Amino acid sequence: MILGLIGSVFAADVVVWHSYRGAEREGLDQALEAWEEGSGHKVKPLALPNEGFTKKFESAAPHGNGPDVLLYAHERIGDWSRSGLIAPVEVEDDAWSAATVEAVTWEEQIWAVPLAYKCVALFYDPTVIAEPPTTTDELLALAREHTTENTFGLSYEVASAYFNAAWMHGYGAVIDAEGQLRLDRPGAAEAMDFVAVIADEVAPQEPTGAIVTQLFNDGKTPMVLNGPWFLGEIDPDQPYAVAPLPVVSATGEPAAPYLTVEGAFVSGHAAEPELARELAVFLASEEGARIRAEVGRQTVATDIELDDPVLRAFAAQLENTVPLSNQPKMGATWEPMARAWRRVLRGDLSPEAALAKAQTEFEIVTRPPPPEADSRPFLVALGLVVLGILGYLGRQLARADVRAQMVRWRFAYAYIAPAAAAMGLLVVLPFVVGAGVSFFAYDSGEFTFVGLAHYVDIVLARDWAVTSPQSFYYTLVVTVLWTVANVVLHVTLGVALAMLLRERWVRMRGVFRVLLILPWAIPNYITALIWKLMFHTQFGAINGLLGVLGVEPVTWFGSFSTAFAANLATNTWLGFPFMMVVTLGALQSIPRDLEQAAEVDGASGWQRFRHITLPLLKPALLPAVILGSVWTFNMFNIIYLVSGGEPDGSTEILISEAYRWAFTRDHQYGYAAAYAVLIFGALLLYSRFTNRLAGQKVL
Amino acid sequence: MRQPSIVKLLITHGLLIIATLVVLYPVLFVLDMAFTPSQSFTMSALPFPTEPSLVNFVEVVGTTDSDGHWLFGQQLFNSLFVAVVTSMIGIALAVTAGYAMSRWAFPGRDVGMGLFLVTQMFPGVVMAVPLYILLDELHLLDSMLGLAFVYATTAVPFCTWNLKGYFDTIPVDLEEAALMDGASRWTTFTKIILPLSKPALVVTGLFSFMTAWNEFILAQTFLSDETAFTLPVVLNSYIGDFGTEWGRFAAGAILVSLPVMLLFFALQRYLVEGLTAGSVKG
Repeated sequence: MILGLIGSVFAADVVVWHSYRGAEREGLDQALEAWEEGSGHKVKPLALPNEGFTKKFESAAPHGNGPDVLLYAHERIGDWSRSGLIAPVEVEDDAWSAATVEAVTWEEQIWAVPLAYKCVALFYDPTVIAEPPTTTDELLALAREHTTENTFGLSYEVASAYFNAAWMHGYGAVIDAEGQLRLDRPGAAEAMDFVAVIADEVAPQEPTGAIVTQLFNDGKTPMVLNGPWFLGEIDPDQPYAVAPLPVVSATGEPAAPYLTVEGAFVSGHAAEPELARELAVFLASEEGARIRAEVGRQTVATDIELDDPVLRAFAAQLENTVPLSNQPKMGATWEPMARAWRRVLRGDLSPEAALAKAQTEFEIVTRPPPPEADSRPFLVALGLVVLGILGYLGRQLARADVRAQMVRWRFAYAYIAPAAAAMGLLVVLPFVVGAGVSFFAYDSGEFTFVGLAHYVDIVLARDWAVTSPQSFYYTLVVTVLWTVANVVLHVTLGVALAMLLRERWVRMRGVFRVLLILPWAIPNYITALIWKLMFHTQFGAINGLLGVLGVEPVTWFGSFSTAFAANLATNTWLGFPFMMVVTLGALQSIPRDLEQAAEVDGASGWQRFRHITLPLLKPALLPAVILGSVWTFNMFNIIYLVSGGEPDGSTEILISEAYRWAFTRDHQYGYAAAYAVLIFGALLLYSRFTNRLAGQKVL
Repeated sequence: MRQPSIVKLLITHGLLIIATLVVLYPVLFVLDMAFTPSQSFTMSALPFPTEPSLVNFVEVVGTTDSDGHWLFGQQLFNSLFVAVVTSMIGIALAVTAGYAMSRWAFPGRDVGMGLFLVTQMFPGVVMAVPLYILLDELHLLDSMLGLAFVYATTAVPFCTWNLKGYFDTIPVDLEEAALMDGASRWTTFTKIILPLSKPALVVTGLFSFMTAWNEFILAQTFLSDETAFTLPVVLNSYIGDFGTEWGRFAAGAILVSLPVMLLFFALQRYLVEGLTAGSVKG
């Protein structure tokens, strides 16, 4: 079966990777079929999850496992062209609008055939809004008119740098200008003030994409800023229309959303580049574009006559857009910018101060890599370490008693060998290679040796002040707090419930037992997403329940303590069943006569537990606690999915910080690897410490 | 056994019921979204579907690829195959190692035990890319077997620890008697110890099964063909860049969790006996 799969991939002449779903995918598939019929070649389209798409392409392509044609947004062009992952395509550029061509151009060459574009426009309910607003003053007036206690005049992700860019540009603040990225452009602060009014007066709280969709479908918000992807989410019986965004009244300039162009890239590693180019050009041709527009209802980039009023409205919006910058460092602007927006909307900082801070943060994460270091001293040091280890082993082996022991136990080594070999190959080796990366800096596809520079930067807190939430030490303290709090709660709850469940007279013991280990059985990324929704300020179930008790709604992700508590609650829910089951197992082997004797002697329940049961449980619990803390220390999913580091990255733990350095901060793989090695070191110390604390050697 | 007082009885059951309700509450949201036809998420504090429908399940189960093959069936098979092979490899590797560590004080044993635990401390962030290159060299990319090998090795430390803990509780006299009678070490191990360790073997297998069944980050990195995807990867693709198909996501989540829940239910007796994760001697 597996061979068959690989075979079928190789049988195709052109392999296409994309992340389309639903109608868009259907449209693409039909367009590809049309090309197959016309050209006589075979295409293999592969639909991949959007998340991890670029990571996958970047690791697969250099090894010849990538696609020939890749359909993706244009913003990675700078990155990919520099590292040779994509090849330039020669096409006539007059079939598309100037903004579209600009988006796919990098260093005066065209790198992708524009297929479709995505930008934000105004969706409205024509049964409520007769005429769409043409200025922001009209927009605000209309929105205020339709805002009541449980309806919202205008909804969109008000804290999102992507959506708000439309206003920023209308106020004249463009991040990428004159070849330079800056976050604190003139006009940005005024745009923030304008959005703060929307957020305060007419928008729901903490609006996410899901909430916006829900409100629009429920008729609770007549106006929504959204892109073409929203078309697939509107209920069939909900009336809607689309109009271009209004003109910013303060400047007289139209609000100009970001333009993302989805292009067909030819991989730099394509087997037959000419054939790949032909396919890409066909998809953008009038025939290909028409299929995609009519079947997939796609906002196609090719200039064709359209009957669909929605697609026409988007085409009108296309005239006023700013192409999303394709500079490699653009990816690193999102995190500081998102933070600035949330700081302003929470009322923590003025727009000016928040923008200045964002600019500083951006400059820190995009600082130039450390200078190249001389690798010779390191090679000598490495050699000495290897020699030292060999020497130590040699000395041990030279000792006759050790040798005799080893010969005596030679069969024991045979029992261990398979596991040790497998772990050496698939766990230790990748880790050593990964750790090796920490001595290198990655920049545009190339690694340079920088020695210990990353470690020095991290340990001396060169990038961030020690008290800043982004510093290693701050995150370390949070991580330790997180681990200790979790383990204490897991053990307390686990042991308590196990004590209740151990009694034979408990009715339906089996049912309780199975229901209580349920959190362990459900994949944790699923429940993490559910908990995140439950903690929503305005619509979340937790605040709903608290409301019944008369408690004011809590902004869970607005302060460190509540955000930390939300993470903790989620992970406690997930983690106590393991400790409960371990305790139940251990309780079975503890004889009860001692306890009964103590009871006869008049010891209270607590005394019996404290002085008899607990000491007997300790040997079983201790290894579970150590394993549990190691798992919690690196519990990436919960932090990333529940609080996402909010507010201001203060609830981030070390592993999620390392992830951010690798993937959202300009691909600093070396820096991230140094973080990972330090995490490993911290865990080693932690386990030594717990050993001592327990007064007993577990390892 | 003495009957407890009525107060104790009430408090015990009351606490258990409260704990169970807290545990079930988030699960209700998944159920509600899965049985509600829309793709939005539930915002009410009491999640019950008003117009229950199976449409999400039908859509998730009924996916086909561009050639019309039944995709979900293939992906379910992939997941099962990977999970079963993972638990077989995981147990096979861990059982001898755990036994050796439990019984014999050979030089390097303590260091070895420590090293096994230490590998659990390696952060996954740095491992994915080197693993990718390694699997590529071994021609195991896009292969269920390659994935199972990787999962099995990540599960080995816990499995070894757990099995060692269980073996520790089995008295040595049995083996000594068998050895006296002339049985080989291997025979003693396979014929006497293994049959006695059924609970621990079951739990260890279950643990490896779950590791493989729920994982998606590595699977997503190593697999590039829809027909080779495991279910968690499919589930993850319902979470889009701009919008999430909550209904299908929740329906998929239930389908993914169901087999594990059934296994838990069927194996719960072993679960309690077999999970010692350390040792309780005597």
